[in-house]
Amino acid sequence: MIGIWALVAYTRVAPALGVPNLHNPFFLPSPDTVAKSLYNMFAHEGFAHDVWASTRRIGLGFLISAAIGIPLGIAIGSFRIVQAFFEPIIAAVRYMPASAFIPLLIIWFGIYEKEKIAVIFIGVFFPLTLLIADVSAGIPKELVNIAYTLGASRWQVFWRVLLPASWPGVLDNMRIGIGWAWTYLIVAELVAASSGIGHVILSASRFLQTDKIIAAIITIGILGLLTDALFRWLYWFLFPYSERVSR
Amino acid sequence: MSSISVSDVSMVFKTRRGRVQAIDRVSLEIPDAHFACIVGASGCGKSTLLNIMGGLVRPTSGTVQVDGRQIHGPGTDRGMVFQSYTLFPWLRVRENVEFGPRLKSMAKEERRRISDRLLQEMGLADFARAYPKELSGGMKQRVAIARALANDPKVLLMDEPFGALDALTRAAAQRFLTGIWEQHRRTIAFVTHDIDEAIFLGDTVYTMTPRPGRLREVIPVDIPRPRTLDEFGTPRFGELKRHILELIIEHENRGVSQTAAAP
Ligand SMILES: Nc1ncnc2c1ncn2[C@@H]1O[C@H](COP(=O)(O)OP(=O)(O)OP(=O)(O)O)[C@@H](O)[C@H]1O
Ligand SMILES: [Mg+2]
Repeated sequence: MIGIWALVAYTRVAPALGVPNLHNPFFLPSPDTVAKSLYNMFAHEGFAHDVWASTRRIGLGFLISAAIGIPLGIAIGSFRIVQAFFEPIIAAVRYMPASAFIPLLIIWFGIYEKEKIAVIFIGVFFPLTLLIADVSAGIPKELVNIAYTLGASRWQVFWRVLLPASWPGVLDNMRIGIGWAWTYLIVAELVAASSGIGHVILSASRFLQTDKIIAAIITIGILGLLTDALFRWLYWFLFPYSERVSR
Repeated sequence: MSSISVSDVSMVFKTRRGRVQAIDRVSLEIPDAHFACIVGASGCGKSTLLNIMGGLVRPTSGTVQVDGRQIHGPGTDRGMVFQSYTLFPWLRVRENVEFGPRLKSMAKEERRRISDRLLQEMGLADFARAYPKELSGGMKQRVAIARALANDPKVLLMDEPFGALDALTRAAAQRFLTGIWEQHRRTIAFVTHDIDEAIFLGDTVYTMTPRPGRLREVIPVDIPRPRTLDEFGTPRFGELKRHILELIIEHENRGVSQTAAAP
């Protein structure tokens, strides 16, 4: 709410203060223009289809990253040998910007779904895995030790202590990771796509339709907020024992 | 009959800033059903010694025996309780208590019987389904004690279990532990830096001196049980306290006057 108010205030007040160019509706269209074109896009231009295309790519790319990254991250954080083997590679690739891979990925996978998902995977998988490895490696040593004194084997410590102790941190980092997924998806769609929110933004910019660009960006923002709410609900639902969860 | 003994244990930590001798040739024997308190200044190696007894830390040299048999690593014959709250946050109170029996794949009814009895004794029957976050510090430590007892250990190793509690809760916890001990008659090694606590609880007080951590003197506490709060005011209690305090403080001043350290 405050955010929306701030946006309105900005579009109204900024021109009065003489912020360059912004008083020109061409550069920064008024909220009602944006709202109108957002409605138009959904009602007449099949924007819902693009939103779905993007969401689907995010979903797939993120799920694949998480499906491999979570077990691998936990293994890296829990077992020395796994860490020694994987961490250096992953740490190195993490510093290579995912967007730099796009041309290569286009050659490998073409310009359709596979390439988009691959970009998301490269952008999300590597840092997510390392963050999750940190979560598992950071489980308090006392918790592990007490399990040993209660008679747990190494394997039991892994399944009954390290894993359950890791889940809340894993979910936290998934919430962060899905944000990166959006960033990389839009980049991928800006480069080459025939559908998706990024594609809509690119086409709109060809026709200088700033209202449509802003409408598309706001849509991403709203989807982000929804995902965040979903993750927060999941945390509340799955981890009622967490100190962070009240009620 | 369950005794735990430490024979000639030394511990050297190799750190970036060089070698730290945390423990120097400590030997002690705690007889069956005996309540032994280990006191000493901060950093004198009490926790290290207890962790070695628990099998969590391998000593540089020396051995630990339970009932004359040497230990190699942690085991269910020695239950441990730490100062920090180490309950598994994702398990309810009952599940925490049943953690050990469950690892042994004990039948559900039997586990239940054990946890019911222990929770009853700890005054926590109404909290069986609560999560640790819903408990006070004192209650958490009672659950931790119950969890250690659920394995029916021969020896209980406790590292400042009441160190994080406020004075009132702490006094209650001490009386409570005495009651538990009188009922269960376990051999207990109890680390603390609170001398009052050591005298109130222990049959024997072991004093340690720091850097390197050595056993200084073994003081039998000849105050009859059951002990009450009145004990704190008796002349004998005062004498013991002054004696133990001197042993520890005398050492702290060693840097100033070397001669004071002579036994
Ligand atoms: N893992 C370790 N690595 C290096 N040095 C250590 C390690 N653990 C303990 N030490 C050192 O060994 C000495 C004894 O530590 P310890 O924790 O046993 O003391 P303590 O008597 O339990 O102290 P406190 O009363 O503060 O708990 C200290 O000087 C400490 O710095
Ligand atoms: Mg300590």
